Amino acid sequence: MPGLEDLYREIILDHYKNPRNRGTLEPPAVRSEGHNPLCGDEIEVFLIVNNDIVEDIKIAGQGCSISQSSASMMSAAVKGKPVEQARALISRFKHMMSIDEEGEPDTSTPLGDLEALQGVVKFPVRIKCAVLSWNTLSEALDIAAE
Amino acid sequence: MSIDVQRIRADFPVLAKLINGQPLVYLDSANSSQKPNAVIDAMTTFLQHDYSPTNRSAYTMAAHATDLYEGARANVARFINAPRAEEVVFTKNATEALNLVARSWGTANLGEGDAIVLTHMEHHANIVPWQMLAAEKGFSIRWVPLTSDGLLDLSNINQLLAGARAFSFTAMSNVLGTINPVKELCALAHQHGAIAIVDGCQSVPHMPTDVQDWDADFVAFSSHKMVGPSGIGVLWGRESLLDAMPPFLGGGNMISDVKLDGFTCAELPAKFEAGTQPITEAVGLSAAVDYLSALGMHNVRAHERDIATYAINALTDAFGDDIVIHGSRDIEKRGATISFAYRDVHPHDVSQVLDQHNVCVRAGHHCAKPLMRLLGANATVRASFYLYNTNEEVDALVSALAEAGDFFTL
Repeated sequence: MPGLEDLYREIILDHYKNPRNRGTLEPPAVRSEGHNPLCGDEIEVFLIVNNDIVEDIKIAGQGCSISQSSASMMSAAVKGKPVEQARALISRFKHMMSIDEEGEPDTSTPLGDLEALQGVVKFPVRIKCAVLSWNTLSEALDIAAE
Repeated sequence: MSIDVQRIRADFPVLAKLINGQPLVYLDSANSSQKPNAVIDAMTTFLQHDYSPTNRSAYTMAAHATDLYEGARANVARFINAPRAEEVVFTKNATEALNLVARSWGTANLGEGDAIVLTHMEHHANIVPWQMLAAEKGFSIRWVPLTSDGLLDLSNINQLLAGARAFSFTAMSNVLGTINPVKELCALAHQHGAIAIVDGCQSVPHMPTDVQDWDADFVAFSSHKMVGPSGIGVLWGRESLLDAMPPFLGGGNMISDVKLDGFTCAELPAKFEAGTQPITEAVGLSAAVDYLSALGMHNVRAHERDIATYAINALTDAFGDDIVIHGSRDIEKRGATISFAYRDVHPHDVSQVLDQHNVCVRAGHHCAKPLMRLLGANATVRASFYLYNTNEEVDALVSALAEAGDFFTL
């Protein structure tokens, strides 16, 4: 049986206790909202995209340490990055979470701190927590592209 | 007389299970209960020796299976003191039973300008079927609010019930553990000409049920929460109401005749039991009812009163202001389902740490999102105790919680 330390790595707890890019953005920033119907977690992603660059991102909502730290790391990873790179990271992250396993992931974008969430895969019920913010980001990018 | 918990535990094989050498601490019975050998054996014996379809074939074995199935109905009727066995309709679960009432009684009786009354502490199963129907029929839904200690706030109940056609409420909250005054609520409904629909899913497994003393019109509950198998539930309804209602699902068994231009319904209860029924599960439910009856539901309630008292005291003594237990502290007004917030640790993280110690609790919104919004939480931890739980298991919960606190201290 995997131990708690496999799931709750120090860097995860750090992002949970000190979340990065926490807050909201006013329009013209786009906003999207994600829910985990199983546990009630809610996440809001605010995004400003200009010239295909994620200029700013803020995260609001509430949830468990896994969903919150994943969102915090995600915001740090995509802020200031080209949209294309953000999308590649979404795909790579979901691949790491054993979702969308078809094909090889685009590994050109480094995962960085996000590697720490690798242990979540050993706790299948928590994968939804880790992926919630990424699906919400994906939706926000779609809205921004409209 | 109180119940002998160690003897009861010996009846539930899963409770002897060790995970990584440590005992299982099952505190999720409000979600679904474990099953005693009496239920497992009754179902196994039926499947090995007696299984056959009911209510159609003429051979001896089919007649015997029909006797067992109808015997289960009579047994359930006795358990809830229903006047007639024909008033007991088997469904898939309490959710389906409540959907049956909404679809069948509701479709025939509710329209534009009508109102029904629900409460803020309902499970989604007693909210969504009504919302689905209201969207079609245009009736309104009124809500009984709660007091700060998680009881129904009845200060405006007469205004809420004025002109209402139905009052549908839970006998016991699956989140707060609140035990509602069912008899009084049924009387209030009737004073206003409304029918009284009781969601007994959380109460029937844990305390005596007397539908005649309640003077209810419908009562819904599930087998799987009362040491019976999943896959079968019960709707008890007043015969005069069930008789007047249109059928719910159409198909075999529920008709008396079918012609090219229409059909006529069977008598109760077949009218509401379309298709092949959960026969083996009915046998299991009947064994569950026998098991609970032999213990005595007053004794089950007494045990849970004791363990809820012990648990609330132990949690409060250990964690003081770090724990917020939702709902009433008055043990006469609550059952042994205890939801709480612990420091700022998210319920999902709490349950993850508890799981490392084989302590099984539910973390989440418990299918009661309107209530969760009222509590200002999007999730709680819920430890729910049953006839087989011990004070030592409460202690295991407390020590595992302390570890979660150490791990997640912000």
